[in-house]
Order: sequence, then C-alpha cells, then structure tokens
Amino acid sequence: MEFPEGLKYSKEHEWVLVEGNTATIGITEFAQEELGDIVYVELPEVGEKVVKDDPFGAVESVKAVSDVYAPVGGTVLEVNDVLPDNPETINDDPYGDGWMIRVEMTDEEDLKDLMTAEEYAEYVEQQKEDDDEEEEEDEAEDEEEE
Amino acid sequence: MVEFAGWEMPVQYSGVIDEHVAVRTRAGLFDVSHMGEIVIRGPGALELCQKISANDVSRIKLQQAQYNLLMNEKGGIVDDVIFYKIEPNHFLICVNASNSDKDFAWIEKYAEGNVELENASSRYAQLALQGPLAEKILQPLTSVRLNEVKPFFFCFGEVSSIRCLVARTGYTGEDGFELYCDSVEAERLWNALLESGAPMGLEPAGLGARDTLRLEKAYPLYGHELDDTTTPLEAGLEWVTKLAKGPFVGREVLLEQKQEGIRRKLVGLELLEPGIARTEYTLFKNGRSVGRVTSGTKSPTLGKAIALAYVAIDEAALDNTIEVEIRGRKTRAKIVPLPFYRR
Repeated sequence: MEFPEGLKYSKEHEWVLVEGNTATIGITEFAQEELGDIVYVELPEVGEKVVKDDPFGAVESVKAVSDVYAPVGGTVLEVNDVLPDNPETINDDPYGDGWMIRVEMTDEEDLKDLMTAEEYAEYVEQQKEDDDEEEEEDEAEDEEEE
Repeated sequence: MVEFAGWEMPVQYSGVIDEHVAVRTRAGLFDVSHMGEIVIRGPGALELCQKISANDVSRIKLQQAQYNLLMNEKGGIVDDVIFYKIEPNHFLICVNASNSDKDFAWIEKYAEGNVELENASSRYAQLALQGPLAEKILQPLTSVRLNEVKPFFFCFGEVSSIRCLVARTGYTGEDGFELYCDSVEAERLWNALLESGAPMGLEPAGLGARDTLRLEKAYPLYGHELDDTTTPLEAGLEWVTKLAKGPFVGREVLLEQKQEGIRRKLVGLELLEPGIARTEYTLFKNGRSVGRVTSGTKSPTLGKAIALAYVAIDEAALDNTIEVEIRGRKTRAKIVPLPFYRR
C-alpha cells in the first residue's frame, strides 16, 4: 500500500498536500480500500468554510456512507468537479485525480497534528493489528463458549 | 470479514460491484452457512407448521419449497423463512441466522402433540450458486438432472460426491441453486464449485453483493423491511398470507387490519437528485414526516439510487414525489413499482 512522501496524513485517513497557504485534501489508499467501490461523493461549495476535524463531505460505497473530516481549517477554493459523475476516480487514483477539495488554510498550526508518511504507515499497521487482535479475541471467546 | 450474529462473514472478495455484475451476467458463489435450519417432523408436523405460519403449508408438494412467514400474536413477523417439504410429515425450515434461537423457542412454544423439533443449524452448511450460468456450472458435478428441478423445488443428490439438498431457490433475483450439506463438507464443496465454475466466470461473492442483489429485486431483509412489529399486509406480502387457510397465530389481527386498511406501506423509491438514501433516513412531504427508509443503495445494475421505505398510506401512491432527508438536506424521490430489477 502506498503512502506518498511529502503528504501529511490524518487519523481519519485523509491526506493533505501543502503548497504555500493552499491545502489539497483527499482520502488515502487505505481509506478507499476499506470503503470499497465508491459510488457517490458529497462535496462542499466553493467559498464555504471548513472547520478542522469537522466533516466537510461524504463518500459512499454501495454498502455504507462515511464522513470525510477536514484535516485543516479554511475556505474552500476549489472542488474536484470530476467526482460527482465519476466517484470511482477516488478508488482508481486516491492521491492524484481523486483529490477532493482545495482550501486556503486559516491556521498553519493545524498541520502540527498531522502525521508524516512514515508515521501514517505505522498508524495503519497498528490499526490492522488491532482489527486482527479483535478477531482473535472474538475467536477465543467463541471457543470458550463452545 | 465482519461479525454477524456470531459468524465471521465475508463482506466482499473482489469488490461488491464486480461480484454483483458477475451474479447478474455469469454466476457467483455465496457461503451462507450462517443461515439457520430447523427441523419439524412427526405426525403433528403439518398441523404445527400451519399454526405458526401465514402461508398454506398444506399446498406444498413433496420436494417443493415455499416462502413463508412465522407470525406472532400481534400479526407481526417473527421471521421470514423457506419451508422445504422433505416427507409428508417432515419439514426443514431455513431461517435467518440472527433469528434462529428466537424462532426455535417460538416454535417450541406452540408445539404440542406428536412432533419432534430440532435446531439443526450447526449441522448444515449452505452455499448459494446464483446466476444465469448456475445450471451449466453445477451440472458436470452432479448426476441430478438439474433441468428437471423447477424453481422452488429441490431434490437430494451428490455434488462432487458430497450429499446435498439441491434446491432451485435463491435471494438474488437470478436463476440458481442453494446447496445444503454437512458442515464438515462445506469447504470441499466450495472449492469444487469454484474450480468447476472458474472457466465460465464464476466468482466468490460476499454479503455486500448479496444485499445489493436482493435490494434490486426488492426481496425484504429481516431487521430492515420486516420485524416483530411489521405485518405482512404492510410489507407487501399479502401473497404469502393465506387468510382463508384456517386459524394461525396472528390471523385475527390481520383480518382486522385487512378490514380497516393499512396505515403504512412498503414502497420502492428512486432518488431524483444526487445522493443515496440509507436505512432509517426520514421521509417528508410538505414538511411533514411521512415515513422512513428501511434499505437503500446505489443500484449497480440500474445506476440509480434506490431504496425501500415505509410510507404513510395517503402518500404511498405510485409516482408520488416525496423527500428523503440525507444529512440535513431534503432530496426528492419518486415512488416507483417493485421490483426495481427483473431478469
């Protein structure tokens, strides 16, 4: 699984590309894989304010809907117009053509909470292990019940 | 994998849409061993079956299957099930996994006289081979003449030397078979089917595709469209409810409801604006709440957002336009005929 260097990552599995005062935001490869086939994307309007750690949109697979949280606060400069008609672009190219919004950041301090590629890779590994442990615990419980 | 009613279940293999398309155009193989099986046998079996259920069990022929509803005293649905008539007084009931203990206790409560009950859920595994190529894939593995097994009939036979109940039933809206076998043989049967079917495009399919497939066909899912408080008349299951067959649990309530008329009805919705309606979203008409969504998705076959919903009867007419509240936004939807998809 790929986590490009040079991007910042959030615990909610969004990525941020910082260029000056502008932040481009999308969801990570891990997130799109967990969701499966994405069939609908809800985005904010240009000019809307997004608040750090609040939902700014949603991605939906055939089976479920997930909120997408703003890793940084700011004003929406641009949204990816390709996504409403071609939501699967996020599955195909989560870090490229599947970007979601571009915002003008209000506070660069917001970036401090985000992870580097290396830290995020570790975080994802940890999450996977936690999932496995839960499964193992469940299995152990099942055996006890039997 | 996700946990469901104590089972570890595969939600998807290659991806929900890919698996969905495979079932509609070729074939998919589902492991549905979580489904429960309850056996009722003995001289009093038919009488008990008639008492606990809405459909007319006396009309099932030998080796025929019947969709049926276990009923409660309030006219609500305990479970939606399939009855298999194995011998004149020997029935196998396939029940929903999450309900199997509830169902068994319920049936036990009404059992009297000369009947024997068994919750055989752990003994049986069930694989569902579904899709237009299902017969072609299964035939080389069995001496059963599949073209003689009509829809909603079954027979016993060997598949890849494994003894199975082979039923021409399913939950996808496509032709196909459900195979019941001893749970210890399940893995071998799964592998044999996949190997035989792979050249014809058979794919393993998970719970995610099972849900989108059944939703396009408007098959109800217990816990969504049906529960202990919904009646068959509200759920559009009057065709299963044989009020003339004689007494059964809940019949009086249903007779009364039929007389007075239902207050809400299960309908199909198609969204007219972008968005997807999900379970428990509220429906509005002119600012008044008129119902709730029970299941919704984007239909892979139709490419449209579809949903099943309970709607107040005065707003339930075909072509009526109502609104679904999706994350605070009112989205227009139209009431359309069911099923959404017909092969």
